[in-house]
Amino acid sequence: MQHVAIADQTEELHDPHSFITKYVWSQDHKVIAIQYGGTAIFVGLVALVLSGLMRLQLGFPESFDFIDPSAYLQFVTMHGMIMVIYLLTALLLGGFGNYLIPLMIGARDMVFPYLNMLSFWFYLLSVIILLSSFFVPGGPTGAGWTLYPPQAILEGTPGYDWGIILMLASLAVFIIAFTMGGLNYVTTVLQARTHGMTLMRMPLTIWGIFTATVLGLLAFPALLVSAIMMMLDKLIGTSFFMPALVSLGENLDYTGGSPVLFQHLFWFFGHPEVYIVALPAFGMVSDVLATHARKNIFGYRMMVWAIVAIGGLSFIVWAHHMYVSGMHPAFGFFFATTTLIIAVPTAIKVYNWVLTLWQGNIHLTVPMLFAIGFIFTFTHGGLTGLFLGNVVIDLPLSDTYFVVAHFHMVMGVSPIMVLFAAIYHWYPLMTGRMFNVTLGKLHFWFTFLGTYAIYLPMHYIGILGVPRRYFAMGTTDFIPESAQTLNASITVSALIVGMSQLFFLANVFWSIRNGEKTGHNPWGATSLEWQTPDVPPKHGNWGKELPRVYRWAYDYSVPGAKEDFIPQNHPVTKEEQTGGEHEEKA
Amino acid sequence: MSIFKTLREKPWDAQVAAAGNAVAVAPIDPQGAARIALRFIMAIVSVLFLLFIITFLSRSQYPDFQSLAGQPWQPFTDPTRLWINTGILAIASLAMQFGLASARSAHLNRAIVGISSAVFFSILFLLAQLDLWQHLYALGFYVNTNPANSYFYVLTALHGLHMMGGLIVLANVVFRVWYDGSPESLSGPLQLCTTYWHFLLGVWLVLFALLTSRPETINALAAMCGF
Ligand code: HEM
Ligand SMILES: [Cu+2]
Repeated sequence: MQHVAIADQTEELHDPHSFITKYVWSQDHKVIAIQYGGTAIFVGLVALVLSGLMRLQLGFPESFDFIDPSAYLQFVTMHGMIMVIYLLTALLLGGFGNYLIPLMIGARDMVFPYLNMLSFWFYLLSVIILLSSFFVPGGPTGAGWTLYPPQAILEGTPGYDWGIILMLASLAVFIIAFTMGGLNYVTTVLQARTHGMTLMRMPLTIWGIFTATVLGLLAFPALLVSAIMMMLDKLIGTSFFMPALVSLGENLDYTGGSPVLFQHLFWFFGHPEVYIVALPAFGMVSDVLATHARKNIFGYRMMVWAIVAIGGLSFIVWAHHMYVSGMHPAFGFFFATTTLIIAVPTAIKVYNWVLTLWQGNIHLTVPMLFAIGFIFTFTHGGLTGLFLGNVVIDLPLSDTYFVVAHFHMVMGVSPIMVLFAAIYHWYPLMTGRMFNVTLGKLHFWFTFLGTYAIYLPMHYIGILGVPRRYFAMGTTDFIPESAQTLNASITVSALIVGMSQLFFLANVFWSIRNGEKTGHNPWGATSLEWQTPDVPPKHGNWGKELPRVYRWAYDYSVPGAKEDFIPQNHPVTKEEQTGGEHEEKA
Repeated sequence: MSIFKTLREKPWDAQVAAAGNAVAVAPIDPQGAARIALRFIMAIVSVLFLLFIITFLSRSQYPDFQSLAGQPWQPFTDPTRLWINTGILAIASLAMQFGLASARSAHLNRAIVGISSAVFFSILFLLAQLDLWQHLYALGFYVNTNPANSYFYVLTALHGLHMMGGLIVLANVVFRVWYDGSPESLSGPLQLCTTYWHFLLGVWLVLFALLTSRPETINALAAMCGF
């Protein structure tokens, strides 16, 4: 098979010549990564605008004519789905997975470059299908990103006709795209590592991306299955999920299907999905922290074990999203227990990040700021998760803003923090130039403080009992007037945070041309991607010869070494073997 | 197991690192990547069908579910047609195996006979499945009249789609060998295709067993899953 060999071909590859093969129908993993990333950030901005619109309605009800209850629900749904799937999953795995895997393991490309290219084009197709639903009669679906039947496909829900069909079709196409990409990522990691790059020498980024991809490959089929069955329920009137029911006074043809079955399928995908976005973020943040603290990651082995353990456990906790759907108390007990158990490896990771910082030589660079910000937001989101994991606490809080605040902290803001950290961290590699530090810091502080201004009060509103997915509160006895004031302040913060992303966009675009040239390895990092002969790396990545790896990715501040980092492709010296081993290295 | 051994390595230890310097990761093996990818594909497809089967068992416990076998008027009480289709698929699998063995022993003509008959019987299987659909339709077992029917159509369609995917890949393999003109390189990719064919036969046998199960069997299985 001719494609297979590219990844670890020993001889140099030559650039494709024409513009089209170089930038459009490209099979180079770096170009595909940028294509994935650009598309994902673009839809992400759409989702950000939608959240702004929702916030306007919530903060200043009755001020905006064009937001009616249906439109609000459509915004909620599209915002949620885009953020989780089309932004985070695509950017973390399609974007960073593609960019970093071959570079970090010392390969020339992915093992199936053609499949990789197809993966991006299918992803783009899924995005186009998704966005086209804004322009069809009835508009996009307003079923909530969970798409629960029966309401998702019944009259009364916005977009019950075209919108939901396009959503399901788009998801199916996305899953195909992800599967093609995912096969590439896992196979490349397993098969195309360069000489000396043993599994336990891989940077944690690769461990995170690899495990997340395996999760995705096994979890997305559940979403596909539910999408297929719901599509059939909608289009040809099967009754997989649809119970016998009366809608708008009419007896429908559905016989006794099971909506709860859909919920199980959805969350069997949905919970691992949380870790599909979390694990790559965990990995990348570990590498950013170690590099900018000039210290080896604390407990590397434990970190790898935790990633793998979290990945495994994430398949047996899904029903904690369904406590209010009703279930046997024994099941509730089971799922609450597994949910709390998964907190153990997660907590280990947080401790290890903090201990990595401990007595490190911390450089408060922009990526480092975002990485430290992540430790805060993730810890906060994780702590409220411990509450919600318990059945008795979840029941009253479910479907309130407490939940909205929780999941935004843990899977909304936190991966986004890491994504920003990662973009700033690898920006000099991707472009050969440094971003503007002042703009970067402004971006950080607005985003980080703004996040708290938005989500801290949301916890409180949630405890008051304000329900989620509500267009307006109307007059409600148990919710005091003051909650509205809080809502207005949240909206103002959200708008400011939204606008402050312009710092980021401006910075990224401006610095491509005007940033200071950085040359090789400006952060003094050890991992392979920084050791390429050219910056930014050329087609084929490694010039004439593949690198050889002699050590793990975290030899920072090794006692006795000339510099405070030793790249992975530097051989182990005699002195290292005799001295040094007792003093450091936990 | 070696994975646990790997996970216990201490990469930071300079002694270990020095010892590991000489170690090359698995030698470059062009077929290896494809083999790993195939394993993942089979795992993913298994998960896909497994999930369908689990929902099938769960759905079977609702009162409106009428399985397709058991009572005399139900189509699969007499599964002869399904047996015939299974036979066709099994022959396709055998033909692949024969083609593979011939390619390995460098009998190119025999290999071509094997592959073409595998393609022929695979397509025949798909047509026979279509014919089965028409047969059921004629009997009034529509897609949406009963969840058991819906499952039958969905599962067979999905299985058929995977078969077609396999045919496309096989065509690609044959074409490449044809044009690149090195018949010795046929046996590697063909090996993977053959594995996939056997795998699809296995999936089909499971589906066959499930779809022709009597209500008592289905109930017992569902009970085992806790439905
Ligand atoms: C400035 C940033 C953001 C703001 C202001 C924001 C705001 C909102 C609002 C107002 C809702 C609707 C709550 C309701 O009525 O129930 C919502 C829902 C949601 N958001 Fe965000 N969001 C932001 C970023 C994100 C990110 C990064 C994610 C990625 C995981 C995300 C995921 C979701 C999800 C999954 C829902 C639930 C949708 C549903 O209920 O169907 N959001 N967000
Ligand atoms: Cu969950």
